[in-house]
Amino acid sequence: MNQPVIDTSPKVSDEVRKTTCYMCACRCGINVHMKDGKVAYIEGNRDHPVNKGVLCAKGSAGIMQVNAPSRLRKPLRRVGPRGSGEFREIEWDEAISTAVGWMHELHETAPQKLAFFTGRDQSQSFTSFWAQNFGTPNYAAHGGFCSVNMAAGGIYTMGGAFWEFGQPDWDHTKLFMLFGVAEDHDSNPIKMGIGKIKARGARVIGVNPIRSGYNAVADDWVGITPGTDGLFILSLIHVLMKAGKIELDYLSRYTNAPVLVNAAEGPEKGLFLRDADGKPLVIDRATGEPTAFDKPGVRPDLSATYDKDGVTHRPVFHLMAEKYLSDEHAPEAVAERCGIPAERIRAIAAEIARVAFDEAIELDHEWTDFRGEKHSKMIGRPVSFHSMRGVSAHANGFQTCRALHVLQILLGSVEVPGGFRFKPPYPKPVEAHPTPHGDRRPGRPLNGPHLGFPRGPDDLLLDDDNNPIRIDKAFTWENPMSAHGLMHMVISNAAAGDPYKIDTLFMYMANMSWNSSMNTKGVMEMLTAKDDDGNYIIPNIIYSDAYSSEMVAYADLILPDTTYLERHDCISLLDRPICEADAAADAIRWPVIEPDRDVRGFQSVLIELANRMSLPGFVDEDGNPKWKDYADYIVNHERRAGIGPLAGFRGENGDKEGRGEVNPDQLDRYIENGGFYVAHIPEGADYYKPWNTAYQDWAVGMGIYDSPQPYLFQLYSEPMRKFQLAAEGHGDRQPPEHLRQRIKDKMDPLPIWYETDQQGNEGFTVNALTQRPMAMYHSWGTQNAWLRQLHGRNPLYVPTKLMREHGLKDGDWAKVTSPHGEITVPVMEMAALNDNTVWTWNAIGKRKGAWALQEDAPEATKGFLLNHLIHELLPSKGDGMRWANSDPITGQAAWFDLKVKIEKAAAPADVESQPEFGPIKSPVGTGPKDLAWKVGK
Amino acid sequence: MHPAPSVIIFTTLSGLGFGLLFFLGLGQPAVTGFVAFVFYAIAYALAVGGLLASTFHLGHPERAWKAFTQWKSSWLSREGVCAVVALLVMGLYALGAVFMGSHWSLLGWIGALFSLATVFTTSMIYTQLKTIPRWNMELTPAMFLSFSLAGGALLSGAEALAPWLLAIAGAIQLAYWAKGDGAFARSGTTLGTATGLGVRGDVRAFEPPHTGTNYLLREFVHVVGRKHAQKLRMIAFALAFVLPLLLILIPASGVVIKHFLVLLAVASHLAGAMVSRWLFFAQAEHVVGLYYGKR
Amino acid sequence: MTQLPQSTERKMGLVIDLDTCVGCHACVISCKGWNTENYGAPLSDQDAYGGNPSGTFLNRVHSYEVQPADGHAQLIHFPKSCLHCEDAPCVTVCPTGASYKRVEDGIVLVNESDCIGCGLCAWSCPYGARELDMAEGVMKKCTLCVDRIYNENLPEVDRVPSCVRTCPAGARHFGDLGDPDSDVSKLVAERDGMDLMPEMGTKPVNKYLPPRPKDTVEDQIDILAPLLAPVAEEPKGFLGWLDKTLEKI
Ligand SMILES: Nc1nc2c(c(=O)[nH]1)N[C@H]1C(S)=C(S)[C@@H](COP(=O)(O)OP(=O)(O)OC[C@H]3O[C@@H](n4cnc5c(=O)[nH]c(N)nc54)[C@H](O)[C@@H]3O)O[C@H]1N2
Ligand SMILES: Nc1nc2c(c(=O)[nH]1)N[C@H]1C(S)=C(S)[C@@H](COP(=O)(O)OP(=O)(O)OC[C@H]3O[C@@H](n4cnc5c(=O)[nH]c(N)nc54)[C@H](O)[C@@H]3O)O[C@H]1N2
Ligand code: SF4
Ligand code: SF4
Ligand code: SF4
Ligand code: SF4
Ligand code: SF4
Ligand SMILES: [Mo]
Repeated sequence: MNQPVIDTSPKVSDEVRKTTCYMCACRCGINVHMKDGKVAYIEGNRDHPVNKGVLCAKGSAGIMQVNAPSRLRKPLRRVGPRGSGEFREIEWDEAISTAVGWMHELHETAPQKLAFFTGRDQSQSFTSFWAQNFGTPNYAAHGGFCSVNMAAGGIYTMGGAFWEFGQPDWDHTKLFMLFGVAEDHDSNPIKMGIGKIKARGARVIGVNPIRSGYNAVADDWVGITPGTDGLFILSLIHVLMKAGKIELDYLSRYTNAPVLVNAAEGPEKGLFLRDADGKPLVIDRATGEPTAFDKPGVRPDLSATYDKDGVTHRPVFHLMAEKYLSDEHAPEAVAERCGIPAERIRAIAAEIARVAFDEAIELDHEWTDFRGEKHSKMIGRPVSFHSMRGVSAHANGFQTCRALHVLQILLGSVEVPGGFRFKPPYPKPVEAHPTPHGDRRPGRPLNGPHLGFPRGPDDLLLDDDNNPIRIDKAFTWENPMSAHGLMHMVISNAAAGDPYKIDTLFMYMANMSWNSSMNTKGVMEMLTAKDDDGNYIIPNIIYSDAYSSEMVAYADLILPDTTYLERHDCISLLDRPICEADAAADAIRWPVIEPDRDVRGFQSVLIELANRMSLPGFVDEDGNPKWKDYADYIVNHERRAGIGPLAGFRGENGDKEGRGEVNPDQLDRYIENGGFYVAHIPEGADYYKPWNTAYQDWAVGMGIYDSPQPYLFQLYSEPMRKFQLAAEGHGDRQPPEHLRQRIKDKMDPLPIWYETDQQGNEGFTVNALTQRPMAMYHSWGTQNAWLRQLHGRNPLYVPTKLMREHGLKDGDWAKVTSPHGEITVPVMEMAALNDNTVWTWNAIGKRKGAWALQEDAPEATKGFLLNHLIHELLPSKGDGMRWANSDPITGQAAWFDLKVKIEKAAAPADVESQPEFGPIKSPVGTGPKDLAWKVGK
Repeated sequence: MHPAPSVIIFTTLSGLGFGLLFFLGLGQPAVTGFVAFVFYAIAYALAVGGLLASTFHLGHPERAWKAFTQWKSSWLSREGVCAVVALLVMGLYALGAVFMGSHWSLLGWIGALFSLATVFTTSMIYTQLKTIPRWNMELTPAMFLSFSLAGGALLSGAEALAPWLLAIAGAIQLAYWAKGDGAFARSGTTLGTATGLGVRGDVRAFEPPHTGTNYLLREFVHVVGRKHAQKLRMIAFALAFVLPLLLILIPASGVVIKHFLVLLAVASHLAGAMVSRWLFFAQAEHVVGLYYGKR
Repeated sequence: MTQLPQSTERKMGLVIDLDTCVGCHACVISCKGWNTENYGAPLSDQDAYGGNPSGTFLNRVHSYEVQPADGHAQLIHFPKSCLHCEDAPCVTVCPTGASYKRVEDGIVLVNESDCIGCGLCAWSCPYGARELDMAEGVMKKCTLCVDRIYNENLPEVDRVPSCVRTCPAGARHFGDLGDPDSDVSKLVAERDGMDLMPEMGTKPVNKYLPPRPKDTVEDQIDILAPLLAPVAEEPKGFLGWLDKTLEKI
């Protein structure tokens, strides 16, 4: 037969430019295929440490992001009222001088009156450097409303966290247990990892009220009641301890389980017994004597107690046994609240025990620990865990996260083959992290980094009158360990002038008037609220976005950013790099295409602003700018001698890694190398990192630390105990009375579970959650012509039981109420769902007029946000105070504590989801009708 | 299936047209001259008009000629070939009748055969589709042919045959509906077999692959309410068969009245056939709908 | 060409692992990207930023819930593209010969310059694997990335379909299903790979690996001895056990 002859070897592109994806914070490597100077096709970079060639839907759709009609085109100055979307286009000169006009005086007189907050910023080490030099204490990124519970829980407990800072040992693990993750920032690696595990036929257990995505492929699904993971985990701990299925050797060597806790009444009670050098003491099994934990040759005893001055001081492990062996943690005692039958809890515990101990693995890697002891093998307990916002976004998330880490540590499955592994720059103990800083000195830089990890009450950011120093009230008694700040409280506090008024709110890539805020409508009102004189209460709002988002309409000055293929970016070891467990790695973005609009990379604009204001740090002694733009900064800035934003190709010849002089060709070398740099951790240094001298030395060489930092995992958290001690009345810095009991209860140094604050929730009994769709990134995906076809509207998924109870059918409408608000939305049935939970996809609903969509776009008519039901404050308790809807320890926004009531409703008259808001005027018009996007012939 | 007007018009008109040509080819009525011209004009208008209508839904009508090439395997191609042969042969035959007043009956027989074959091949385009169980039955060609013959008989004024053919077509129509209603279930294709997941339990479509619509949904998923369908069936049946039968059986004297009644009968039949054909498409469930939780 | 070849030299196709697919749609968009820029006309979108967006895709990911007789409901993500059937009805119905099955590898393709956009092939496909492109008026379908898998301008490792290369979970496998010794054939044999709608007689080349059994941990694990036998009933006893055990380390 004669069949057509086709060209099976067409030319793929003229050129491939390798850079880094930006469609989420996973930061995969991409090959951008160019034809005629245009982007033709994007695929994953096979050599890249993060994605090894694969690419998610968002990444592949990057081409539609780069040509999206919603891209801002020119700086904008508001002409209509805030929220109207009426702007006039201005030149960059005017934009910069306007911003300088608003900010310069603040820098010189009252820097705290500038609040600079950024969304899912991938240049935090730079934006924080800018804010630090501006002198305002009011800087943070989005971590406070995102997942600070995870980050802080991990770092306080084991010097590293889930989030994107660690990963299961995908190649060796034999049992993987996932708590509350729909997608996460380790998006492709988790999928690749699950794929690997599945290919081996190993078991995946998903703990999640909703059985979709990763939980759909899980071999066993635990449809837990939201907010009860802590109970479940502590019960697993109970069962495992009771059966002796714990790794005693590991506990004695690498954790503070053997550390002696001071039992004498007084201000030291509950703190560690320490030697003269301040080193925590353990009883050495060889001598029976209290000895510094890290003395060479010491064999810490998990069991021995120490009598002194008539008081018996016991090791942490005794306290744990006492706490966790108690019957309140027995499966039978928690089963009902967790919604998991007791036998199932036991079965899972048994499976964990079986795999950890009966299927242990050994690698023949020699290594030496920090006490100088040589080990001939690396023993692995191949059970691994991962968790994210499902645990984090509850007001008990910090303690739950700690509980999960304690479980991992009891099994000896952290930093061992088959277990959980840190990615550089982690492990890094709390001690190696800064404490928070917040002095306010006009014209001078802040005295240190804004964000950090308080070690006790002394590190709180309170002024002499005990008032919060920061606008978001981070690091106060309300949320002492708020390591990432509280982005979700900035606008409401600024609007209330509590703790003080600000002058200029400067924000970067955070869609705060829509999907990124709790209480969306309230936030819109706060942003437009005026004082008695008719002036806006927040006088100036500057905002940088790349697209026509909802937030654009609420700013006075818009600094339009480039898209990710049009600018330099730096994904730095100083910040949130792209490392893997066996390699340190960082990456750049570079302009693979030039913008076709009058837009500028935001970081370069920040440099220009700093230069114009002569901010310290940005100018030399003579007042001359140090850097002309961000690329210049990336190459030439040094944090410490020899350490800059990029670790690769340092030194004059580009042959030094980690530490080395500035290399003017560094960016070119990165580009040649595919846009990234990888430094592999040598074999033998790749596990047991916190205690492994080979790793510690390597990390010092890389500039991750300046000296080895071995440490013990903190099953028992001393900093927490210090806050508790204050609440018990010890020390000068005392919590206010209304918080005293809460601090005592919640800051337990050993993980506990507590019911989140349910007062005012009476009658609202159904849990309401959101999940991230894998193919959409928050609000960004909507402007993408390909992605919006996948998720153009979102129903409320309702479990079969509630569907029947309320007489609902697919496509019916329901009114969903919380103590705070009401929405009317279409429903769909889901059977694989916790019986008492409803959910929807996050951030699909859009405001009419935004994102260059036509006003009848389904996102704006049918789509909806759950955010209208969530408030940044809890329902009033009648005590005259409004308590924050946040974790009392970290201030983490408790998005998932939402409780609602649902009832069948008639379809709204216009068949549009409620509430509806009027359209905003689009500063960029709307997109074209039809597309057939092909750049080649 | 989406009841595309072009396809409904095509199948009904061309069915009627080729039905008429069939009878003309057999010499019924054995007209010549101008009268023949009128008959052939009507027949060609219907047959060719129908064929043209069918090109309206093509993405590339200008390439339609390519559709003649695959007669070895494709019923659509065969239909094209048959139609062209039928029209050519009947065209020659018509020339004889109109201009020479003669009936070359061998040619007529061949033309008639190809006319019927055209209708049959049209029906086979639908019948062959296993994906649409309601069409994938012997009754489908029977229905197309019986419609075509009954309509042709009516139009050609075959008084004796027409009532019988109408009755037969009516009966087949009823049988088609009756059998068609259970066809999907009998086909054994379910969401379970479509996904291969049926052995594990009850399968239910959860999230569709896209929240908007697409070609498949527009083309294949069309839901007609049961009650609505029942009503339309009654209308179709009444218009296509009952009324025409009554109209031609009314004892009427006078050629004009008679012709008028026949004309009414034809119009009614055509309207009924259109409704029936609308239902033929609209009620046809494509198995692909299963993937979307629809039928 | 509308006739099917008697046999094909190879049977290239995909094996899709329903036990692993997490439903991320990466394959969907990657396919859209590659095939918009490559073989034939771009895959167009209508009303792209409007109220009723709709475009051409060659690969779509559905999801289904399965309720077993007892136990929890399960959710299964289900990617679907052309199965490159051995007895492809879409080929034989095509009146123009635009649709054909390649002799050398069994790939079913549409020769767009011959296609009249009649839609009949899509009618005949049980799987919804063909979509008519509204801008171009021609039939679109999965090409098995025929312009990648032999493409000498690509490094050898990349000569696989775009969707396979991109799938983060590794749920898509590509190879010769006609060769019993190929990796894909072995996978199908090991995991009981199945056909969709076998009753249609299309003999799909692509196979689906069924999800593994779910929610079995309770059945597989003995929750008492020896695994979870308590070392002591009393907390005091636990400390005793601790001392003893520590001696042994
Ligand atoms: N595709 C995509 N990827 C993203 C993002 C995106 O928008 N799109 N956003 C990025 C951002 S900013 C973040 S913070 C991460 C977040 O990544 P994830 O942590 O995956 O965040 P969510 O999608 O909010 O998923 C929360 C999950 O927790 C479950 N859950 C809720 N409450 C509980 C509970 O009490 N217990 C348990 N066990 N589970 C619970 C929910 O059902 C849901 O599956 O994702 C990042 N990655
Ligand atoms: N109900 C509910 N609400 C939630 C969550 C939830 O789980 N449930 N999750 C919360 C969490 S964890 C987070 S992190 C937030 C997400 O909060 P945001 O970070 O605010 O989320 P986005 O919608 O991604 O908005 C960021 C803005 O950045 C803009 N942008 C995109 N690219 C660029 C660029 O290159 N330059 C600049 N300058 N701007 C750009 C976008 O146009 C958009 O307006 O949402 C929170 N909101
Ligand atoms: S996971 Fe997807 S969106 Fe995120 S960086 Fe990687 S490819 Fe881009
Ligand atoms: S890319 Fe892979 S995991 Fe994602 S939907 Fe496609 S087949 Fe499934
Ligand atoms: S899946 Fe459909 S389009 Fe593909 S070969 Fe089979 S019948 Fe044809
Ligand atoms: S649409 Fe094109 S490929 Fe399909 S049957 Fe018609 S001519 Fe053939
Ligand atoms: S093989 Fe190619 S054309 Fe087919 S679904 Fe995959 S990417 Fe699309
Ligand atoms: Mo987040």
